Amino acid sequence: MLHYLLGRIVQCLVTLWVIATATFFLSKLIPGGPYDTDKLPSAEIRAQIDAYYWLDRPIAVQYWHSMARVARLDLGPSYRFLDQPVQRLIVRHFPPSAILGLLALVISLGLGVPLGIYAALRQNRPGDWLTLGLAILGVSVPNFVLGTVLLYVFVHRLGWFEVGVIAGPQWPSLILPALTLAGFSLAFVTRMTRASMIEVLRRDYVRTAIAKGLPRRRVVWLHSFRNAMLPILTYLGPLAAALLTGSFVVEHIFHIPGLGEFFVQSLDDDPPVVLGVALFYSSLLIIFNLAVDLLYGVVDPRIATGARAQK
Amino acid sequence: MSKNTGEAVGAPSDRNTGEPPALRFPAWRKFRRNRGALAGMVLLGALAAAALVAPFVWPFDYARGNLSAQFHAPDLIHWLGTDEFGRDQLARVLYGLRLSLLVGLVAAAINVIIGSIYGGVSGYVGGKTDDAMMRLIEVLYGIPLLLIVMLLMAVFGRGVQNVFIAIGLVYWLGMARIVRGQVLALKESDYVGAARSLGASPVRIIFRHLLPNTLGIVIVAGTLRIPEAIFIEAFLSFVGLGIGEPRASLGSLVAGSLGNLESQPWLLLGPSAAISLLMLAFNFVGDGLRDAFDPQMQR
Repeated sequence: MLHYLLGRIVQCLVTLWVIATATFFLSKLIPGGPYDTDKLPSAEIRAQIDAYYWLDRPIAVQYWHSMARVARLDLGPSYRFLDQPVQRLIVRHFPPSAILGLLALVISLGLGVPLGIYAALRQNRPGDWLTLGLAILGVSVPNFVLGTVLLYVFVHRLGWFEVGVIAGPQWPSLILPALTLAGFSLAFVTRMTRASMIEVLRRDYVRTAIAKGLPRRRVVWLHSFRNAMLPILTYLGPLAAALLTGSFVVEHIFHIPGLGEFFVQSLDDDPPVVLGVALFYSSLLIIFNLAVDLLYGVVDPRIATGARAQK
Repeated sequence: MSKNTGEAVGAPSDRNTGEPPALRFPAWRKFRRNRGALAGMVLLGALAAAALVAPFVWPFDYARGNLSAQFHAPDLIHWLGTDEFGRDQLARVLYGLRLSLLVGLVAAAINVIIGSIYGGVSGYVGGKTDDAMMRLIEVLYGIPLLLIVMLLMAVFGRGVQNVFIAIGLVYWLGMARIVRGQVLALKESDYVGAARSLGASPVRIIFRHLLPNTLGIVIVAGTLRIPEAIFIEAFLSFVGLGIGEPRASLGSLVAGSLGNLESQPWLLLGPSAAISLLMLAFNFVGDGLRDAFDPQMQR
């Protein structure tokens, strides 16, 4: 177990290094530098700025410097906000994104799993058809369409919500963004739960349990539910990724000053922020995936976690 | 999704051919029986036909505006209204639809090509090379791929070709795994041994003997890629990284309507409906294909 964990951690670090390297060189290729090309400052000032960002050194030195700094969890100064280290900018922009993401996660799982089970227990009856129809619609409508339509209907037409206020007493303003963010995953989780539950309900041990005369509730929740949840667990990784990338869209539509919107704004002219946010997002995902894998080993005793590493 | 409601396995049409039905495209027959998949096919055909025929039939151009006709509400002349430059919204939506289809097909094709070569080599060569190549894929899987696509777009700049390249370069990982699995199974078969003993080179064996035999599965997996690529293009254009003016993408059209939501809400209708229907059609077709070919196959 310990051996496996160590191996996984090494692999995660390698992944992070690959990402850091790729983003470093990609961000060097992005046109634009730390000063406006329209009104170039004087040569001396430019030299000073270049020295501040290490831009006057050879690229190999820059790379080494950047990686060494990242290893110390320092992401260096931003281009747009001269005196601000990137990590501080990330810490400032992350909370709204995190709140939204968690809310969406809760909606996806808290609503998707019960809906999926409901549909599975009423297989091929109207309730099932309705749920499935909504679910395939949810998978098909892109998040930016869903968000814009929700914005139009509930903010512009009905005026039920306000936009652009986060936290504080106006927490209802989080509902629409969270729903938008959760839409796809909610539908996906519903479909997955339904399929998985139907499969489990067909198993021999479930039939045995029913034949034995156990109460239906007990069969569903104790015998079927736990096993049906295993595939959902594997989806948690991609789910987190979907919520991260969804934030780019949702924060743009609902004017939320989060990390996703900040990243998109920084893409053209702030390579340090791009590198930093990419690394931050990747680390989040990697840690999340690792946690899910370990959890999988705990929940399903048939899987020896060590043996999975051999695969 | 498939609902095989009690129809007989041997459909009547097979009776006269004298061939056992199972030997001829069983997957295709399974697909045909799937009503959702068929509906998806019809919808997809209708959308594609509308997109392709539009420039010859519809009197308005997607790029040429008419400044005396700004922000018209939908009427009998401009069915979906006009935008801030007086451009016909329906022409723009149909152009975006054409672009979406193109991006989906081309990006999926690039994924198939890269994935096939990578997976084919990895599976056939085997041993340490295979280990190393698969380890690399594992590492790449840890990366949020959309981030990399966005970075590539920031580097390349906007443009249709750049969208193809960025999506094509990044999303082949799953395809490589599928092809590798197929090749691993196929390479032990007798005909490959025969080719090898005749002195065929590894390159020839991979490209002439192995990859063509993975084609069925690869095409199915590639079809499932198309809606993903379409979504990514629309997403990129929505956040302002994908396709720029004067071209229209379904994503950039939705983004454009966002600014005028209060006063010109009709601009939202066309692009939203178009991309949602397109994704819906592809999802139905994809589900049908997946059920028909291999219920276990995922991503």
